[in-house]
Amino acid sequence: MLAVPATLALALVVLPVVGLLVRSNLTRLPSLVVTPSSWHALRLSLLTAGLSTLACVLLGVPLAVVLARARFRGVRLLRSIVLLPLVLPPVVGGLALLYLLGRKGFLGMLITALTGESVPFTTTAVVIAQTFVAMPFLVVSLEGALRGSGDRYEQVAATLGARPWTVFRRVTLPLLLPALGSGVVLSFARALGEFGATITFAGSLEDVTRTLPLEVYTQAEADIDSAVALSLLLIVVAVVVIAVARPRSWEGGLR
Amino acid sequence: MNKPAFRGSGWRSPRPGAKPRMTQFALAVAAVALFAGACSSSDEPSTQSGGASVTAPAPKGAGNAGGGGTLTVFAAASLTESFTALGKEFEAKHPGTTVKFSFAGSSGLAQQLTNGAKADVFASADQPNMNKAVQGGVIDGQPAVFATNKLAIAVAPGNPKGIKSFADLNKAGLTVITCAPQVPCGSATKKVETATGVTLKPKSEEQDVKQVLNKVASGDADAGLVYVTDVTSSAGKVDFPEAAQAINSYPIAVVKGGQAELAKEFDDFVLGTEGKTELAKVGFGPAQ
Repeated sequence: MLAVPATLALALVVLPVVGLLVRSNLTRLPSLVVTPSSWHALRLSLLTAGLSTLACVLLGVPLAVVLARARFRGVRLLRSIVLLPLVLPPVVGGLALLYLLGRKGFLGMLITALTGESVPFTTTAVVIAQTFVAMPFLVVSLEGALRGSGDRYEQVAATLGARPWTVFRRVTLPLLLPALGSGVVLSFARALGEFGATITFAGSLEDVTRTLPLEVYTQAEADIDSAVALSLLLIVVAVVVIAVARPRSWEGGLR
Repeated sequence: MNKPAFRGSGWRSPRPGAKPRMTQFALAVAAVALFAGACSSSDEPSTQSGGASVTAPAPKGAGNAGGGGTLTVFAAASLTESFTALGKEFEAKHPGTTVKFSFAGSSGLAQQLTNGAKADVFASADQPNMNKAVQGGVIDGQPAVFATNKLAIAVAPGNPKGIKSFADLNKAGLTVITCAPQVPCGSATKKVETATGVTLKPKSEEQDVKQVLNKVASGDADAGLVYVTDVTSSAGKVDFPEAAQAINSYPIAVVKGGQAELAKEFDDFVLGTEGKTELAKVGFGPAQ
């Protein structure tokens, strides 16, 4: 009974890619993919998505731990707020960032006053936009795992005489690793595909802010063959990322 | 992390067996959101370029002329104000007829049409995108030019940076943004650069005029190159003579497979006196 909807679901994911492949101009493909601007876009995309994933881990892991453990009032509200970037259209996030960190935004004005620099139209702005949209993925998967695993294993380890640090190292961390792995892959994937917040907040300039999705969009205005070729490149990158960093939790790695 | 991380009573102990379900639920939520994010990303282009369907209500009243039905017009985003007004006038003249607009970037509209979107009229902001529609075999008859447009410099209200000419845009310390060369306003900018010998160093090459205007309005850019018809009251406008080097023409045409007769009437209406008056109001030049 499940076969029909499952097949449909799979078709929904696979067939559009097939459509893109069929539409692509195979003879021109190499010359369309190997251009300075697509190379710049690919390099910038990998760099910014990597940096924003790092930022997601550095900021998101502590946040997930706090959210999972905290018992103060309003923590439920806090959880919903953290999920906001998941629900917001990215372009809204981009506008919000612009009015916070832009030249007329209150934080932006402060930054300009202190450093003389402004954030919009820089690679930093791309990383901030990507971190904004990608961090909830890490927080959600980590917090779910933390709350789900509870403290039974830790308590047992403690009663058996393990010291707290040993408990964290030998019990908590291994329990969290699969969730951290899938969270990292999800955030990297989301950062790699980020479009709306980036184009709104960071603008679009080759080798500075024009990541691969923005390059696809720009090329689609002029040469659709080129846009299709770049889309295929983006798909290849995404598949490689998923294949290399395949999160074990998706395959029941804990069992 | 050297504290007893998970000891004590502070932890909620979920029911036994809840663990895998909660993890799976969290992952499912994340996966769904990832998909939703991707969906909304791909939706943005049309909304960002002013893509909005505006339906002017059909006027009630005793109709003596024939007609009826809905006329769907795909028109360039820069035509939003003038065509919305023209649509209402057209409806008043054709009781029972509703004119529905889809305003978006011309290249996006041309792409939608060649991929099977249903429309009766296509009004493009430049010739190349109309040519794409013609080559795609979706246009009936010959397109006709109904208006022209040229570039202007959008600046903050009151022009605090004192920008007076195209060459002023290269002054040190100015944040200037333009359209990407792939879109009509960007290729017009390139033409002006070639004509004047002044090469701009934009901080960003935006996808359409509205995004350039938004960033000038938000104060994040000091100046942006846009069409003269796009500079609204939210920004100041600086005209420059070299803009005459890059005049672009707006063609209109009947789309195949639609209501040919009514579409032709609308085209004639836009090309006629009423159309000229409305278009001139927002700053369009006459067809050349």
